[in-house]
Amino acid sequence: MITEELEQLAADEIAQQKKCKHRLFVCMGTGCVSAHSEQVKQALEAEVEKQGLKGDTQIVSGGCQGLCAAGPMVAIEPKGTIYQNVKAEDAAEILEKIDQAPIERLQDPTTDAFFERQTKVVLNLEGRLDPERIEDYIAVGGYSALLKALAEMTPTEVVDQITHSGLRGRGGAGYPTGLKWATVAKARSEHKYVICNGDEGDPGAFMDRSVMEDYPHRVIEGMAIAAYAIGADAGYLYVRAEYPLAVKRLGLAIRQAQKYGLLGENIGGTPFSFRLDIRMGAGAFVCGEETALIASIEGGRGTPRPRPPYPATAGLFGQPTLINNVESYANIAQIIDRGAEWYAAIGTEKSKGTKIFALTGTVKNTGLVEVPMGISLREIIFDIGGGIPNNRAFKAVQTGGPSGGCMPAELLDSPVDYESLKKAGSHMGSGGMIVMDETSCMVDVARYFMEFCMTESCGKCVPCRVGTAQMYDILGKITAGRASLDDLAMLEQLCETVGTMSLCGLGQGAPNPVKSTLHYFHDEYMAHIVDKRCPAGVCKIAAAEGIKA
Amino acid sequence: MTNVVTLKINDQDVTGRDDETVLDIARQNNIHIPTMCHLEGLGDIGACRLCMIEFKNSPRMLPACITVVQEGMEIYTHTQRLIDYRKTIVQMMFAEGNHICSVCVTNGHCELQSMAQRLDITHIDQTYRFPKRAVDASHHLYSLDRNRCILCARCVRVCDEIEGAHTWDIMGRGVQAQVITDMAQPWGTSDTCTSCGKCVQVCPTGALFEKGKAVGEMSKRKEFLAYLVSMRESRKAR
Repeated sequence: MITEELEQLAADEIAQQKKCKHRLFVCMGTGCVSAHSEQVKQALEAEVEKQGLKGDTQIVSGGCQGLCAAGPMVAIEPKGTIYQNVKAEDAAEILEKIDQAPIERLQDPTTDAFFERQTKVVLNLEGRLDPERIEDYIAVGGYSALLKALAEMTPTEVVDQITHSGLRGRGGAGYPTGLKWATVAKARSEHKYVICNGDEGDPGAFMDRSVMEDYPHRVIEGMAIAAYAIGADAGYLYVRAEYPLAVKRLGLAIRQAQKYGLLGENIGGTPFSFRLDIRMGAGAFVCGEETALIASIEGGRGTPRPRPPYPATAGLFGQPTLINNVESYANIAQIIDRGAEWYAAIGTEKSKGTKIFALTGTVKNTGLVEVPMGISLREIIFDIGGGIPNNRAFKAVQTGGPSGGCMPAELLDSPVDYESLKKAGSHMGSGGMIVMDETSCMVDVARYFMEFCMTESCGKCVPCRVGTAQMYDILGKITAGRASLDDLAMLEQLCETVGTMSLCGLGQGAPNPVKSTLHYFHDEYMAHIVDKRCPAGVCKIAAAEGIKA
Repeated sequence: MTNVVTLKINDQDVTGRDDETVLDIARQNNIHIPTMCHLEGLGDIGACRLCMIEFKNSPRMLPACITVVQEGMEIYTHTQRLIDYRKTIVQMMFAEGNHICSVCVTNGHCELQSMAQRLDITHIDQTYRFPKRAVDASHHLYSLDRNRCILCARCVRVCDEIEGAHTWDIMGRGVQAQVITDMAQPWGTSDTCTSCGKCVQVCPTGALFEKGKAVGEMSKRKEFLAYLVSMRESRKAR
């Protein structure tokens, strides 16, 4: 397919869509489906038949609209009405009143800020497309960036665009994407590989799942552009098996793209060929670490190996390999389409663009938010997130998954960018953001994350394997009110050793939840150890035991 | 083509080829960096973290066994920080398993035991985990006592890389990880095991031992490995 054919296809699709007076997008993301959005969709379709609106009104299986807390969500275009908590019984009324004022019962004006305060780049379609139709994506300009890159740009120019955009790895570490691409592009080899890391496993994080489910073509297009830029001819989408819908939609998207000649041999009539396959993870968190992920694709046990050599020089099957996160790839097409300057204008000096966060925990509007870098935590949690429900007080926010940290109320005004979060003892991570109110015990939270690291440690290196288990036991002693100050000193010593000496990021980051809570909530640790009480009332401390430190 | 480079280890000027590791160069210059998973003749995995080294003006630490030397490197192998970390890690190895030297077949010949002595570890500050681990005595010549296993994976590597049988592997995650034969079958019923005993000889502790040995009687003969590897290399060269 060449650009003219793509444009014709887009025009045809738009004309087709315009024929419908109303298009209703029912969210078919995992969150809304579990709130029975499928029944809502079936009821709407039945009502369309019944009320004789066929041809006039179209019911579409749409993507995630962000506000997962209020699912199932239904959006009506072109009016832009958004209905929340829709039930199958509401279908008749929705369609009857479709030309009148919106039904107030199904709306919530307090969530307006949630939709208005975000800056959407990756999620810009807000679920207003059918993820299972390539035509929907092409209609909004999909794959034009790939064909533009192939037809008008050299691989070096593509890499330069990415470098100038200032995009940094969205998987967590924030390594400059352009630099990574340039390194792999420079490597000399007959074969190179492109890998998309879709092994999102942080507790409370679901950004990548949503991007893969809703915008599978955007990820594929980003990977194809990357492959062209670095000179790769094959790629793998590594997706965890716990995301069956993402796997299904990506598989479907690959076949559709192949059918249109947007993947496979001689893409866009150029000598560039790119083969893409899906590999499923088997439930190991550590396989999100790039070297473990590569081992897993190769068919081995998913354990990391020491770097250097980095995958950029010796990766999959020993060949130079580019590994990026789902969200990183999802940004690429628009950077090529709209230019590096446009992208670099969003965000801060060192952190460009937007970042998607999975806002969860004790916050009113839980869901998926995309915000410009540099926004404050307060804006995300209180303006977009709507604050803490049940009139409780905010206590801490946890970012960065099991290797991130907990930040207290004093840091609410600090900006969200790679450097600031790191300075605060946490890190960007892949985008999980868990809000906690005064009913959370921070020692218990640290213990929870340590349990996660302990059970997910692969067992290869000693500090991570033994250290996480030892730290978990000490945290268990503290929460049970049986710890002494010597135990606390040992905990600190283990934090240092495990953080410095572990082989991969899992072990190196494992002490962070403990370190950050020790730093910001030291009093709570002391209350458990010295006074034998849990200030939040979470930990069951048997006072009768009467053991003194 | 390899080049010769010069570098500094503990402020001492040393020289090496750029395909040699820091550990190689250190040992050539009588600088003793402690190692546990490393064994001359086997591929390195950098898993025990005892050979970690520091670099001048860099917060980053790397394992000496797999870090290839570069021109101008300035390396420190025995800073106080490193010594403390190494002690903590060796203590972890002791706390993780059930290491009772007084009743062990390798008492007096054990690499873990001598490592503790060399690092002046007189007692264990950490809480012992006392795990319940299975013993496999189904093989007619050898036994496996997982209580003494430190998961260095030398047995896995020697069986795969030198013997070519790949009888051994590792199963499970984290502290639940354990060495297994074939698909976690009893060793004695293994179809792939050649009973060569290489795994027993390279095991640093008393986890793998010959049957019939009493306390302190099992000394390991690792010399075969370096000999075998060098003979194979010279044959390849011919």
